[in-house]
Amino acid sequence: MSGHKLFLSVSVAAGVLASSAAQAQTDITWWHGMSGHNGDVINEIATKFNDAQSECALTPVSKGTYEEALAAGIAAFRSGEQPNILQVFDAGAATIINAKGATIAAEDLINNAGHDFDRDAFIPGVRNFYADADGKFIGMPFNSSAPIMYINTEALEKAGVEAPKTWEEFEAIAPKLKEAGYVPLVQSQLTWEFTENFFSRNDIQFASNNNGYDSVIDTTINVTAPEHVMMYDKLKAWADEGYFGYYGAGWSDNQKVFEENKAALWIGSSGSFGGLQKTATMPFSATFLPYWNAIEGAGVHSFIGGAALFAMAGKSDAENTCTASFFQFLTSPEIQVFYHKSTGYVPITTAAYDLAKEQGYYEEKPVAEVGIKQLSLPGGDWDKGYRLGFYPQIREIMEREYGRIFSGETTPAEAMETIKKEGDALLSRFAKTAG
Amino acid sequence: MKRVQFNRPLLPYLLILPQMAVIVIFFYWPSAQAIQSSFYIEDPFGFGASFVGLANYKDILTSGEYLRIVNFTVIFTLLVTFLSLAIGLLLAVKADKVLRGASAYKTLLISVYAVAPPVAGLIGVMFFDQHIGPFTKLAAWFGWEMRVGIDYWDTAITMITISVWKQIPYNFIFFLSGLQGISRSVVEAAAIDCRSPTRRFWTVILPLLSPTAFFLLIINMTYALFDTFGIIDTTVKDKAANNPITLVYKVYMDGFRGNDIGGSSAQSVILMLVVLVLTVFQFRFIERRVHYN
Repeated sequence: MSGHKLFLSVSVAAGVLASSAAQAQTDITWWHGMSGHNGDVINEIATKFNDAQSECALTPVSKGTYEEALAAGIAAFRSGEQPNILQVFDAGAATIINAKGATIAAEDLINNAGHDFDRDAFIPGVRNFYADADGKFIGMPFNSSAPIMYINTEALEKAGVEAPKTWEEFEAIAPKLKEAGYVPLVQSQLTWEFTENFFSRNDIQFASNNNGYDSVIDTTINVTAPEHVMMYDKLKAWADEGYFGYYGAGWSDNQKVFEENKAALWIGSSGSFGGLQKTATMPFSATFLPYWNAIEGAGVHSFIGGAALFAMAGKSDAENTCTASFFQFLTSPEIQVFYHKSTGYVPITTAAYDLAKEQGYYEEKPVAEVGIKQLSLPGGDWDKGYRLGFYPQIREIMEREYGRIFSGETTPAEAMETIKKEGDALLSRFAKTAG
Repeated sequence: MKRVQFNRPLLPYLLILPQMAVIVIFFYWPSAQAIQSSFYIEDPFGFGASFVGLANYKDILTSGEYLRIVNFTVIFTLLVTFLSLAIGLLLAVKADKVLRGASAYKTLLISVYAVAPPVAGLIGVMFFDQHIGPFTKLAAWFGWEMRVGIDYWDTAITMITISVWKQIPYNFIFFLSGLQGISRSVVEAAAIDCRSPTRRFWTVILPLLSPTAFFLLIINMTYALFDTFGIIDTTVKDKAANNPITLVYKVYMDGFRGNDIGGSSAQSVILMLVVLVLTVFQFRFIERRVHYN
């Protein structure tokens, strides 16, 4: 925290010096929901941008968590004090994209500033998540991750098994892993890893109206899909057998078990890689998030997780030009590779991915490539993304019901019915907010 | 009694103006806005709003989940209030009798009050951590597998324990000063009349303490309803999931994290009404039994 404050005061001081040197400089602000190491990296990117050119001065401000950044952005917008750039996380995408007039589409912003915007420059998995139904980029993908499976290599060797590609394979090896003295499987966020990305990876429709992209009216959520209920029936059965460990809804309570060499497989984020290198007490590798072989068409790429940057409306042309320059700067291969290497988030453009390959980064750290490889897998019909209003609240309902499944208060089938009932009610409430 | 009259009729109003301004700006105005918002379903960014009448209230009051939270809030408030008052009083009565080392004893008890609620929450969470918590290990000795964050009641017990621990020193200070304010002659007279110290406590000391107790009752209820927010937030580690939460935390979840302004406004109006009813009840019915000097 003090380091962050120090940086701020230094950057403010630097800003004062710079502005007295060049009066014409345009100031822009960027509110984000990162802290700790990832927050420091954002500050470094801003410094790089400010050093690279002299027309614009970018000031990043941490607003706490993703949720707090969104809430702060909304409150600021309502009182006309919005920042130029707001970072919004995956689950909040519908909130900001459906508020037409709150943002300027990233694609328009960049084109208006005289740059060329090429959708195909982005890797397949990130193209649609923050875009509208026609594929036009509304948000600028920024920190992007995918749920992948981390592997405790020691544990697998001890049990004499190979890492599973499908859940069927996992079922076959789980008893051996348990016998070897490990919790065979742990995860960190059921909503993201076993619901949203269950639907993407197995190519099943997540919500009506084209996963919510086409309209907010009468959108309903498809959590009661028999395959999805089956996934949770399996998880519960595995938990009862001792093949799956559930340690609550908190991310790190679950990750800890893997870090301490007590679990064999952990479903985490590709972005966890950087931190895990420091905390894991044993050697590890990683592979794709498993899918069900029994489901036809399964095995396509997953949704991206993480967050995107939105250019807020109501700003002067000069400021918007600066925001566009920054977005251009951010997607340049060098910056993408820098960000990829310092955080573990995936590079979002093909050019950046190629540059990282050229530099031999993946020979040195093969785990770092798993996320982007998974996002570059062939696409299906339902893996582009979802656009659901009040989704942060729907996630809370899921977290509650999933917790109840594992404490034995409810069954997966009942839990999904409850989530569907309450989730659909929230979606229809959201449709009214547009009225 | 001689009444002081102001010569200029406007002066008193001018004198209370700063106070009134603060109350209007920070209380009445936001309350009025909350009441207004509670009749709408609104786009978070403020672009559109549909008037829905009482639909927000109907949605809330017919939701099984909301009623479950109401239930927990009642249990939580009653338990936290009762336990922190009872333990605070017990410690104060004992401390009042200590002659040697009294100030060290008192300072130790009071010092906990300096801990901010989120910090208290963090300390408590460490004690009850499912992987490393000493209390969890202690419970395991007795064959109780405590799973805070997974089991509803284990989490509830943790929240109540931390909240009570945090509030005891406050009650202790007030009860102790209340006890020390009781005149020696009354205590001695009572001792002559009645030999049983327990009976003297219930019939003489406690009635004399009742103004303090009544004040603390209101303060503790408010504490349990509102000020425990930080403790709840740290105990559930930002993810309520299937853990117990109180009404205030629900308002925060729906309003600040879910961006459902209409729904959370309606919830805060309901909460406002509950507090209003509670306050009226306390002053009308409980205060009658309080003996002021």
